[in-house]
Amino acid sequence: MIPPQFDYIRAASAQEAIAALTEHGDEAKLLAGGHSLIPLLKLRLASPSVLIDVGRVADLSYIRDDGDEVAIGALTRHRDVEHSEVLAAGVPILAAAAHHVGDPQVRNRGTIGGSLAHGDGASDLPAVVLALGGTLVAQGPGGRREIAAQDFFRGFLETALAPDELLVEVRVPKTSGGWSFQKFNRRAQDWAIVGCAVAEVSGAVGVGLVNMASVPVRATAVEEALASGATADDAAALAAEGTEPPADIHGSSEYRAHLARVLVGRALAERG
Amino acid sequence: MQINITVNGQATSRDVEPRTLLVHHLREELGLTGTHVGCDTSNCGACTVHLDGEAVKSCTVLAVQADGHEVTTIEGLADGDTWHPVQQGFHECHGLQCGYCTPGMVMAAAALLEEIPDPSEAEIRTNLEGNLCRCTGYQMIVDSVRWAAEHGAKA
Amino acid sequence: MSLVGAAVKRKEDPNLLVGRGRFVDDMSPPGTLFAQFVRSTEAHALITAIDTGGAEAMPGVHAVITAADVAGFPATANLPEEVGILRRRVLADGRVRFVGEPVAVVVAESRYLAADAAEQVVVDYEPLPVLASIEASLAAMADPDGPRIHPDLGTNALPAIPEPEEVAPQYTAAHHKGSLRIVNNRCAAVPIEPFTCLADWGPDGLTLWGSVQAPHFLRGHLCEFFGIGTHECRVIAPDVGGGFGNKIILYPELYLAPLLSRKLRRPVKFTLTRSEAMVMMGHGRAQVNEVEFGFDDDGRVLALRLHTMQDEGAYPDTTGMGLGVLTSWMAGGCYAIPVIQAWVTNVITNTTPVAAYRGAGRPEGAFMIERVMDWVADELGLDPAEVRRRNFVQPDQFPYNTAAAPDMVFYDSGNYPAALDKLLDTMGYDELLAEQARRNSTTDEPLMGIGLSTWIEIASFGPPGSLEGFGHLGSWESAQLRVQPDGSMLVSSGAAPHGQGTGTSLAQIAADELGADFDTIDVRFGDTATVQQGIGTMGSRIMAVGGDAVRKASMAVKGRAVEIAAHLLEASAADIEVADGSFSVKGTPARSVTWREVAFASYRPLDIPEGMAPGSLEETVYNSVPNFSFPSGAYGCVVGIDRDTGAVEVERYVCIDDCGTVINPLLAEGQVQGGVAQGIAQALFEHITFDEAGQPRNSTLMDYLVPAASDLPPFKDMDRIVTPTENNSLGAKGIGESGAVGAPPAVANAVVDALSGFGVRHLDMPFTPEKVWTTMQAGRA
Repeated sequence: MIPPQFDYIRAASAQEAIAALTEHGDEAKLLAGGHSLIPLLKLRLASPSVLIDVGRVADLSYIRDDGDEVAIGALTRHRDVEHSEVLAAGVPILAAAAHHVGDPQVRNRGTIGGSLAHGDGASDLPAVVLALGGTLVAQGPGGRREIAAQDFFRGFLETALAPDELLVEVRVPKTSGGWSFQKFNRRAQDWAIVGCAVAEVSGAVGVGLVNMASVPVRATAVEEALASGATADDAAALAAEGTEPPADIHGSSEYRAHLARVLVGRALAERG
Repeated sequence: MQINITVNGQATSRDVEPRTLLVHHLREELGLTGTHVGCDTSNCGACTVHLDGEAVKSCTVLAVQADGHEVTTIEGLADGDTWHPVQQGFHECHGLQCGYCTPGMVMAAAALLEEIPDPSEAEIRTNLEGNLCRCTGYQMIVDSVRWAAEHGAKA
Repeated sequence: MSLVGAAVKRKEDPNLLVGRGRFVDDMSPPGTLFAQFVRSTEAHALITAIDTGGAEAMPGVHAVITAADVAGFPATANLPEEVGILRRRVLADGRVRFVGEPVAVVVAESRYLAADAAEQVVVDYEPLPVLASIEASLAAMADPDGPRIHPDLGTNALPAIPEPEEVAPQYTAAHHKGSLRIVNNRCAAVPIEPFTCLADWGPDGLTLWGSVQAPHFLRGHLCEFFGIGTHECRVIAPDVGGGFGNKIILYPELYLAPLLSRKLRRPVKFTLTRSEAMVMMGHGRAQVNEVEFGFDDDGRVLALRLHTMQDEGAYPDTTGMGLGVLTSWMAGGCYAIPVIQAWVTNVITNTTPVAAYRGAGRPEGAFMIERVMDWVADELGLDPAEVRRRNFVQPDQFPYNTAAAPDMVFYDSGNYPAALDKLLDTMGYDELLAEQARRNSTTDEPLMGIGLSTWIEIASFGPPGSLEGFGHLGSWESAQLRVQPDGSMLVSSGAAPHGQGTGTSLAQIAADELGADFDTIDVRFGDTATVQQGIGTMGSRIMAVGGDAVRKASMAVKGRAVEIAAHLLEASAADIEVADGSFSVKGTPARSVTWREVAFASYRPLDIPEGMAPGSLEETVYNSVPNFSFPSGAYGCVVGIDRDTGAVEVERYVCIDDCGTVINPLLAEGQVQGGVAQGIAQALFEHITFDEAGQPRNSTLMDYLVPAASDLPPFKDMDRIVTPTENNSLGAKGIGESGAVGAPPAVANAVVDALSGFGVRHLDMPFTPEKVWTTMQAGRA
């Protein structure tokens, strides 16, 4: 319940945050909305000696129509993603998925950047960004760099962000056709037991999976099958291929694999 | 560090350890014990307050994050002796039994009505999914919020 | 207008709605120190070393204590002498027996410092074999040298009711037989306020604030433990955030807080976190029922044999040891089963102790017999409603002595056929059956199941001797009524409510009886300094026993008030009537005096009748009831099951309750809805599990799934029938636990009904999507 002690630095800008990250390295963690980090601190599953609060960094909360894609500042709250008219028009799957994150109070604080940087395979938004083939923009001492979503999630709670980098933006292409986000859980406020995101971008269908591995993953077998003309049913049957669904108190690996097939099937049917 | 939070319209200034949770700051430092702690995994919502008018779980916010911002707790919801329609609705419709989840539930419901002034039963249930109650089974809570919506929740 | 029976809004609400409730953690008297447990990470182990040096050295730490520091103290009580060896020490003494058992306590200036210091205490364990389930514990008994959780006891299994020597011949002779093995899943009560206690022991004695349901009971046990007199000990239960039976239990911190306060000469407060509460507070249910039954061609059950195995956890207490007995008493349900053999084995395991949780043994009994009825119906191809009808105790058979407890348990009143009729009518049973046939013959619509539960429970604890067996001073309940000079009234009750609205309902009873103003009647409880002896809130007893007490006290005071009014009006007492705050002479309403005038006069010797003393408008009653009462009801549940995922949704839930006289329908309905919610939650969402090493798998609210509003169905179909009880003057039977008793079987019967096409005869709770889907897959194969 009680977090361990830490030193607290408040960054007024991305540069200040990066400088603090550079100085403190592994000892530091970034604090944005706090709804990934603070729960870990309260259970003492994380004990950083320094917290760098980027919650007040100016100009990192925005949703901007950039023509073919929409650019979203990393500090944009889930509730703003959920209610964005720009996204409703251009990338409705992202707005729809944001609605499923946690509960209203969580959505008022949690940020899309915090969720993506945390990189939990059980989170909703990474699967969506993967399905869309989005781009993550990191900023470090040497400036900004772009990382494709499929290269971003590296391992269990491990992303491509360097220890001295801050995620500043995520860019997602506008969807060209149908989309669907499916989340299966027992209680509405819970993490997905399994979820999937299906989105069509420039004619190709991307499929992202929630909680089917220790990292956010794409259902590449499904994508390839669809690209080579398979029916939705046949493609959905491949949903679990190449995945390592976890086994825990909420579901066995076998059941999760089955759910993935069901949910992908439903998503493909729903997207029209 | 020194933090300044406007709580229920009053300016407050205190020196806090950065790890202090907002809920503990409100309860122990500021003596506003109406906001309650019911869990340690951000599930139960008993700690819900308004931060700049939005419902948040104060157990998952550090007090230092609220520095320079406005917080409204259950103690600040009524207008003097005039209850907020949600408070009145909970009284009319027996939306509380033990009362422990109630401050968080009322704050969440009040925020809901700001966004959706005339919510359906389904919308009420969905928007209260971050608040657990063990006593009521929720139907009378839903009825209470409907009552508030029908009897003059603020537009 | 009568207030009893009216939906009066609660007196309790204003404080709670504006954040002015007073829960124990809201209070920190000056100088309060904060205590934090160090808890066992092993389910069964010897403690070989505890290093407290690191914690003791930390700034702000006032004490770190272990069992060695409390060696002179007795173990906590509340167990019969013959199993006294099971008495639990307040801190694990050389041996831990469940994960979460307190091993040490750190006391510091703030809860933050205490949390830091607790982490610095290092405990070394030498693991012992773990028996984390009933099966493991009983299997170990086969080996005389096998592990025994309490070696000095010599056994892991205690027969609470021994197995009958012979099988009832009526069972053997029955034309049809069936059997079921039912696991009633372990649950946690999860009151939203976990558990807190604050002790302040100064030179003038001990004051303890606790989130408890039985303050006088606690005081008695504290005095015994510390060897002090009642006059030096005060226990206060202020606002309590839910209890559900969990807060009757005499937890170690209730003893440790005073102990530490006395030692440190400061107030000391324990506030359990939710994770702590999930392993340290009593669990519920955790029963296995093996039942076999014989029945005839018409579905009449002729004989029932039930072996109940109750998981006690690591430290049984009297309540935990009585759960299975209550199950056995209610094994017959609403049914006139002529022969019942029920025996109970209490099994000790390396898990959190099991004790009372809303229903405490009766939900398990109701679940068993309601599954039996459906099984019989299924076997014979009969409608489950019809099978129930054929087995019901009939309205002219009361008082009915159930064969489950000959000469002991007599159902007081009821009309089970009428409740079932009303349920089926409200549900639209025939239409539902038609809808079900249609839906279940499609391939894509959710499978539909319909489940009935015609349940009964034993409440209004209880007749003399019943609660004494659980360690309470008596089975009565107390009420004291005092009329003040201004006509306002104080009612003190031995109840210790935690959400029931007792302060409102008791005032309704008093107001009605006295013809007095509801708004100026204040009901008080929870403080042993100001409330006469009391027993507490548990076992659905307060309206029946405590409300009856208030009524009797009111009647006595009214009698004397009428005499004073007659004296003031120069009339005959027989001609005085009381209503709406006034005493008037029958037939001449203009001749009247107010309650205020009578009240004031009662303190003025010159204004009262000859021979009456001043201050007479007070009365204290210790009220006993002659018997338990038996609320009953008929619940119906419709479920839809997703054919592809196994997800179960409750589409409709209908409740017909019979609690006898209803004091406040708003509060009564609230109790039913809350209980039903917990019952549905047990059926669909909740299950405390341990792995083989005794490690709890779900000890947070992230993994133990207490449902939220969007996870439960609406409760709009609530109705009742009324068969009053003769056991108290109100005719009230109690209702607090009814929903938790009656709800799970309705859901279970609906789920099994939906899955019957897959050859499913029985399925244990909780009906998780995976379990249901796996079951369907097996049936498809």
